[in-house]
Amino acid sequence: MTDKFEPRIVAFFCNWCTYLAADSAGVSRKQYPPNVRVIRVMCSGRVDPQFVIDAFANGADGVLIGGCHPGDCHYSEGNYKTLRRYQLLKRMLKGFGIDERRLRLEWISASEGDKLQKVITEMTEEIRSMGPLNLPSKIKTEDKELHLSGVKP
Amino acid sequence: MSQKPKVAFYWCASCGGCEEAVVDLAEDILTVAGAVDIVFWPVAMDFKVKDVESMPDKSITASFINGAVRTSEQEEIVHLLRRKSVYVLSFGSCSHLGGIPALANLSDRQTILEYVYKGSPSTENTQGLLPQEKYTDEKGRTVTLPRFFNTVRALDQVIDVDYYIPGCPPQPKTIKDGVMALLSGNLPPRGSVLTPDVALCDECPLKKTKPEKLVIQKFYRPHQIIADPTKCFLAQGIPCMGIATRKGCDAMCIKGNMPCTGCYGPTSRVSDSGAKILSALAASVDATDEKKIQEILSGIPDPIGTFYRYSLASSLLRRKMVDRGG
Repeated sequence: MTDKFEPRIVAFFCNWCTYLAADSAGVSRKQYPPNVRVIRVMCSGRVDPQFVIDAFANGADGVLIGGCHPGDCHYSEGNYKTLRRYQLLKRMLKGFGIDERRLRLEWISASEGDKLQKVITEMTEEIRSMGPLNLPSKIKTEDKELHLSGVKP
Repeated sequence: MSQKPKVAFYWCASCGGCEEAVVDLAEDILTVAGAVDIVFWPVAMDFKVKDVESMPDKSITASFINGAVRTSEQEEIVHLLRRKSVYVLSFGSCSHLGGIPALANLSDRQTILEYVYKGSPSTENTQGLLPQEKYTDEKGRTVTLPRFFNTVRALDQVIDVDYYIPGCPPQPKTIKDGVMALLSGNLPPRGSVLTPDVALCDECPLKKTKPEKLVIQKFYRPHQIIADPTKCFLAQGIPCMGIATRKGCDAMCIKGNMPCTGCYGPTSRVSDSGAKILSALAASVDATDEKKIQEILSGIPDPIGTFYRYSLASSLLRRKMVDRGG
């Protein structure tokens, strides 16, 4: 690979806190790397672990989940559910050989545009230094051992 | 010659339990056997691969294939059966989702061969030999062995599959319903799993004791607690996959006072059954601070082996990969 590696980070931001932080960061013209693809969800608790795994399986190099600070959840405890799932999911991803730094959970309130800028910058740099995860092409390479195929993708 | 539909049975990487399940049909097997001509069944009858090769394409009505695909020989035979069959039915968890053999996807070919042929405590292999795919002896005679793949696959990752009969092994009722649907020609859309698309809780005898809101203070593995046979396993802190698993087995394990381990696979709305069950169980942990959460979750020491026990090959990630970074 001669091109410089640009991490692809999928970010799930909750509607009430982190997404507003991203808005406020934009309005106050704070610069951060364009490596995140933001998906707005109503609550960080809506981030099904299937979404995270799907993102990695489809080529994400990192996944960032942003939610309200503990105690501040618009739905009272969605972010706690996220925290619990995140802990087990991180451990499970490790079992799949995925470095746990590729998944990050951050509490970022609507007023914390600075924190959002810092987290995204940090995470982009960290993943840049780790290199690509590249699961789709690894799966493709793995399937080369099937010699009769050509039938299935 | 009879005009009865022709059927074939084949086993790939499996334990033989699925073959046993066919015999478990008891007297019903006579109904089935009377209605069809068996043309290939290596475990029970003496047919050769060349018998199948010499049949015209699509001349077998249905091939029932159990086991995951692990070797090049299995790959070859399933392609052959696909060509010769009108319907291919994936039979049992291994063929449906990868099953127990697919847990080997957490390891790799080299590590497995090294362990089995050299490392295991009961192995003596002073010459350090590993199986070769090809060997020519001093008289110039060549023998070959199938290639052992690095990744274990579910059947539909190798060939197109028409229907799935789930279970480890499939219960007699599931098999009978599936076979009868096939014989009657009254078939659901292609690609269906031939069991109801509803979670096991629906037919669980303990359903009434399932709490409205699940709260787990401590996880127990089945050997760490004497389970109360009258109470929902989840209410007792015992991970039960029933909430993310299809019904159709008549809650066999629950009736034996064991939690569901998920062999019937997920319902059609689930894209990754392991992630789904993780989501449900972890969210129910009764703690809000990180340390306490971690402590409770330590009661699940092997999340992949627990949540993907039968479905690793067909999961979104499929296997352990090397992450070059970090």
